[in-house]
Amino acid sequence: MAGARRLAASVLFSLLAAVFPAAAQNAPTEGIQIGLSTDNVSITAGFSGADLTIFGSLENPDPLIARQGRYDVIVVLEGPGRPVVVRRKDRVLGVWINLESESFDNVPVSYSVATTRPMQDITEPTSYKQLSLGASNLYMQPTDTGGDPTTIQEFTAALRERKKATGLYSENVGGVQFLSQNLFRATVRLAPNVPVGTHKARAFLFRSGLFIKESSAQLEIRKSGFEQSIFRAAHNYSFLYGVFAICLAMVTGWLGRLVFRKD
Amino acid sequence: MGIYLPIAEISVNVFVLLAMGAAVGFLSGMFGVGGGFLITPLLIFYNIPPAIAVATGANQVIASSFSGALSHMKRGTLDFKLGGVLLAGGVVGSTGGIYVFGLLRRIGQLDLFISLLYVVLLGTVGGLMLVESVNALRATRSGAAPTLKKSGQHNWIHRLPLKMRFRASKLFVSVIPVLGLGAGIGFLSSIMGVGGGFIMVPALIYLLKVPTNVVIGTSLFQIIFTSAYTTLVHATTNQTVDVMLAFLLMAGGVAGAQYGAKAGQRLRGEQLRALLAMLVLAVAVRLAFDLFVTPPNLYSLTGAE
Repeated sequence: MAGARRLAASVLFSLLAAVFPAAAQNAPTEGIQIGLSTDNVSITAGFSGADLTIFGSLENPDPLIARQGRYDVIVVLEGPGRPVVVRRKDRVLGVWINLESESFDNVPVSYSVATTRPMQDITEPTSYKQLSLGASNLYMQPTDTGGDPTTIQEFTAALRERKKATGLYSENVGGVQFLSQNLFRATVRLAPNVPVGTHKARAFLFRSGLFIKESSAQLEIRKSGFEQSIFRAAHNYSFLYGVFAICLAMVTGWLGRLVFRKD
Repeated sequence: MGIYLPIAEISVNVFVLLAMGAAVGFLSGMFGVGGGFLITPLLIFYNIPPAIAVATGANQVIASSFSGALSHMKRGTLDFKLGGVLLAGGVVGSTGGIYVFGLLRRIGQLDLFISLLYVVLLGTVGGLMLVESVNALRATRSGAAPTLKKSGQHNWIHRLPLKMRFRASKLFVSVIPVLGLGAGIGFLSSIMGVGGGFIMVPALIYLLKVPTNVVIGTSLFQIIFTSAYTTLVHATTNQTVDVMLAFLLMAGGVAGAQYGAKAGQRLRGEQLRALLAMLVLAVAVRLAFDLFVTPPNLYSLTGAE
């Protein structure tokens, strides 16, 4: 099996070498590409989360480094950015009340990560910070930049923690698997409460702990059919939607009496 | 079986919602209340965002009060004139309530305010009702006939000007307290997602001295319109009415209500009131518990508007 894979990989590599002879002769710079089987995902009535598979390939990988498994790939599916307010409860006269708050701009609603290995084994924390990569390193832009840094730090940590707790920020270690020297498959988790909108899939390539290249693709997540119609009606024709909700309630009340009447 | 709610944007179990609707419907049929004060907290316990629970609760209340009012109309125990005046006040109150609702949501105190209102109102109403019904139960045990209305006894409310005659309720009273009561209920309805029956019924009986048999029908009549208005305004200003969620609750609710009404007929009035009082108090205690006990998560996230 491993032999077959190596064979397939070497065949592929020689094909690539044939196509890009110049690149193969000079010191080749590695690249990364990803492709999605679909550019939109529909959420239907039965949706309770799903796994999304993303395929990708390395360009011009060094066969020696690939064999030693020193290439690492991190794939991220990042939801649309929205403003978020984080509030902290404090005790006032025995009652827990939201007191302090901190606003952040453009926080990705969801953030699913898939990696080849545990993140701390791939590269240094500083380079994650530089890349703003990973649920724990993602940079959160506070609305009021002049605030107290320790407060901002505290609320940033709370924001990450709440997002992880609700399953919107997730990490799938081992979610990226190499199928051959070039080809890899990433599985990212879509939470049941995944937001609709334009999501961005990004793939990061590391060689021996060094960041090499990034590639991205877009994915539209939307509600389908009935759910989509209801959502759209509620926002675009809100008055008629309200009237419909009232009529529905009255008809249900009336029918319920006819059907289940006991007096 | 899971179902994805289009407005709440989460997946929920259909049977949990149907059962929730049926249980609340059973109780509301038994006690003659809309059941909004039960459904909204239950939805919040079930992780539905409070703003959506409130608006959808109001929508659900329409169904149960409409079906209840129909049967009272048939029996002639519905005072349309009294209901109409209550309603006029209710529209003003609801409009104010929706405004306050949006304001509280922006400053992040909506959840706290909803919980506090529930604890205070349910606690007070439940407590008063429990005391009254226990006294009535004791009185019947010692042989005296229970009386709610003492004829000839008038309070300050009956001395206000602008009097109006309500024939079906055998009432001659100033419109000011009626309008005020309607406005208060309308306000609560839009903030708490309740019809307000649990306040309206005792207020009509004890404050305005409306005959008990007319009270429930009239209160249900006015609740239909207050909650319909609330639903409409929440739908247009906040887009927080989830018809899918509301429909599941209604479907369970109308079925449960009819069985509840039948069960209620086997119990005596003061027994029913004592049971309802305990139920109301239980909800109040459960919500108060959340206010005072250290929450598992001190931090919460909301989308900024």
